[in-house]
Amino acid sequence: MIALLRHGRYVVGENPVTGAAFALLLVLLFFALFGVWIAPYDPLATDAAQTLQPPSRAHWFGTDQVGRDVLSRMIVATRLDLVIAVSAVALSFVLGSAAGACAGFFGGWTERLVSRLTDTIMAFPLFVLAMAIVAALGNTVANIVYATAIINLPFYARMARAETNVRRDAGFVEAARLAGNGPGRVLAFHVFPNCLPPMMVQVSLNLGWAILNAAALSFIGLGVRPPTPEWGIMVADGAAFMVSGEWWVSLFPGLALMLAVFCFNLLGDGLRDLIDPRRRT
Amino acid sequence: MTVPAAAVPLLSVEDLSVEFQTRDGVVRALEDVAFTVARGETVGLVGESGSGKSVSALAILGILHPAARITSGRAVFGGLDLIAASETQREEYRGRELSMIFQNPRTALNPIRTVGRQIEDVLVRHANLGRARVRARALELLAQVQIADPARAWGAYPFELSGGMCQRVMIALAVACSPALLIADEPTTGLDVTTQAAILELIEDLARRSQMATVLITHDLALVGERCDRIVVMHAGHVVETAPTLELFRAPRHPYTARLIASTPRAGARLADLAPIPGGVPDLRGVLPPCRYRLRCERAAPACDEPPLPRQQIARGHLVACRFPS
Amino acid sequence: MVRSPLLRMIGRRLLAAAPGLIGVVVVTFLLNRALPGDPAAFFAGPAATQQAIAEIRTKLGLDRSLPEQFALYVRDLARGDLGHSLTTGQPVTADLLARLPASLELTLCGLVLAVSVALPLGILAATRPGSWIDHLARLLTTAGVSLPIFFTGLVLVYVFYYLLGWAPAPLGRLDAFSTPPRPVTRMFLIDSVLAGDGALFWATARQMILPAVTLALFAMAPIARMTRAAMLGVLASDFVRTARAAGLSRHTVMVTYALRNALLPVITLLGMVFSFLLGANVVVEKVFAWPGIGSYALEALIASDYAPVQGFVLAMASLYVLLNLLIDVLYGVIDARVRIET
Repeated sequence: MIALLRHGRYVVGENPVTGAAFALLLVLLFFALFGVWIAPYDPLATDAAQTLQPPSRAHWFGTDQVGRDVLSRMIVATRLDLVIAVSAVALSFVLGSAAGACAGFFGGWTERLVSRLTDTIMAFPLFVLAMAIVAALGNTVANIVYATAIINLPFYARMARAETNVRRDAGFVEAARLAGNGPGRVLAFHVFPNCLPPMMVQVSLNLGWAILNAAALSFIGLGVRPPTPEWGIMVADGAAFMVSGEWWVSLFPGLALMLAVFCFNLLGDGLRDLIDPRRRT
Repeated sequence: MTVPAAAVPLLSVEDLSVEFQTRDGVVRALEDVAFTVARGETVGLVGESGSGKSVSALAILGILHPAARITSGRAVFGGLDLIAASETQREEYRGRELSMIFQNPRTALNPIRTVGRQIEDVLVRHANLGRARVRARALELLAQVQIADPARAWGAYPFELSGGMCQRVMIALAVACSPALLIADEPTTGLDVTTQAAILELIEDLARRSQMATVLITHDLALVGERCDRIVVMHAGHVVETAPTLELFRAPRHPYTARLIASTPRAGARLADLAPIPGGVPDLRGVLPPCRYRLRCERAAPACDEPPLPRQQIARGHLVACRFPS
Repeated sequence: MVRSPLLRMIGRRLLAAAPGLIGVVVVTFLLNRALPGDPAAFFAGPAATQQAIAEIRTKLGLDRSLPEQFALYVRDLARGDLGHSLTTGQPVTADLLARLPASLELTLCGLVLAVSVALPLGILAATRPGSWIDHLARLLTTAGVSLPIFFTGLVLVYVFYYLLGWAPAPLGRLDAFSTPPRPVTRMFLIDSVLAGDGALFWATARQMILPAVTLALFAMAPIARMTRAAMLGVLASDFVRTARAAGLSRHTVMVTYALRNALLPVITLLGMVFSFLLGANVVVEKVFAWPGIGSYALEALIASDYAPVQGFVLAMASLYVLLNLLIDVLYGVIDARVRIET
């Protein structure tokens, strides 16, 4: 543990960009946890007299078309967006890697079944499939999470299968088997933990993509419904006004999205350097 | 295996030094490397892994890794200093006047291009033949390197051929324009023993027929003992000894050469008779003593730490880089 | 027996694509059945009696068992019947065919733009490591994958339309003053050229620039990154070293030996790029009011009109399967290792 931390500090020192990304992650987490209390205005409070005001001292990021403070909405939206992304990726990771690990370890029918499933999912353009799932199941936040989780399953399943396959015949696995562990225990406690490091890289990169996906779904009107503050839907709200020059309604939530995704991508790259420096580009 | 009495050597390498820029510092891969190759001669370039044999050859041809820098030296080939020449000039010489074959022939050929096409690429580039004549010549070459069924091989991809056949194809590529010099960098590594012998026979055969000089790069001293007129021994980027083959084996003067010979497996010797050389090739980064064998040498003395490393001519054609040659 | 290895490979790929198509049909059927609400009640209207609803349910076949419904569904599909749109009143198939050219034209333009910038950028970045091009390429790829596509589109509109006035208003394929050309392919760029109408060609192109650039920016990042990485790998390979040792010209080494091999992973990547592009299409069509199948599906979705949505998903998925097939074939044309069965 200590060694890992020391190595971590070395990597962060070597690569200040990763350090910056980590700091940014902490900022995001802070806003997600405490945003509701530190937002200057009530994110849902409208003000007919103050519609479409440009950034000013009273409203740092301006107001939207019904007079709500953009900054407050942005801060509060952090929690929703992060929760959606994290739950979707977590669900995807748990189910996908479990399925993939079983497929890689046991082979045979399990492998064929999991392959068929992932192939079917991957036969669709992924965003279109997410749209279809949300349309079919209903326009709720939970369904956005499920849809995003489903379309991410194949990545984890394939990765887990490949990693498990490689380690299946390794010496330590044989040893565990000889020690009397049943195949399930061998898979769960010996093989799978070794597959985790490269998959963590994938998780981090996936988080960025999950945020973009959820935001895009909200942008086209699926999932989150007004007046809930969420970055994607805020950009959608402000889209019409962008054309006529009121740029602040869309720009700030868009920038927030960009920063969050950027942060996760950089973290993923940093993690990759931490785990396997050979793959550094 | 007689050496013709030509006075001017075909290839003369002088004071060749090469550096590599790496993340951990500058690696001085070669320092003042010098040797010559006469017309029609077979020279063996031997040494451990990392001694700089391949780097020397790549430097002469001008196809080093981009991180490498030639800091000094000349490689005079047929009157032209290849190192000082322009890339355009070098491109003219490569493949036509001097060529090189590599180890791992399977990966050294373009995987998505038929073998015949690859030979024709060389012919089209260097020989001025018409399209039809090029195809015929390619088939001729494939037959010359003793490939059965040249027509079928012509249309085959490297992955469809065995390692031995791929090496023959590489040789065909290399001798397509009858070069005066062929450099063979570990051509038999990775091949089975019978194929190894066949490939070396083939190279010798081709060399004899067209008076082509050969430089055989290998770590296998027994191999060069059998097939080479002269041997150049390298260690950690230095040439430590150069001598005609018989003389080298009969009376090695450099301590490294002696130990190298003693550690080479030979018929009649038991494993216990073979004496390994202590230590390993030194780290080529940072400051190094003038003699890079110093730390492994049983004859080392304080005088060995004083630059420069002396290069003495013991006898005709026999050079040693040592302060205390035997 | 077909002797050409290429044709045999195409045959194999076609067979391999079949399960994918079957899966697509099954999934869209299941999703259709999962739709919220009772379709029969919806069709019958708010004032319908129970009996009227029951009659409609029978007519729609909703009272049959699931496998029977699936058989009916497949039968309808085979006839090209994707149902009717409630909002337009037309058969969905007709609607889709009418609006598909607009989406195809946009996606193709975006892809062509992306490839023509990303490929040279990746190649130059690999052959000139450490130069400004290399840094630019790396900046583009890192930033490109982080940008939400709807955001880029909006920012482009703001800068180039509102601030600079260079681009026209994002109102669709043509401005208010132009009429569409005579329909041949239904792709305005091609049709206007065929009709010899230069002014119309430029009017169409002007409307197309911003949405195509938005799509292109999205696709550029992964393509440039892969091209650079693949080129770097290939340039350090053994066979390129052999080619250089044989004195082959720089052009031959770069193109015939290096680039062709480097393109292989890029071609494989195109599959994933298409997946993203087809999805991104929907978003871009919304931002720029582009009358393609994406906006068709979105309009239907908002109106709870589900047949068009289903038809859209089916169309996109089939298109995707076809594109992947083409990519596989292209790969096999270049790389003999997948073409020839050893």
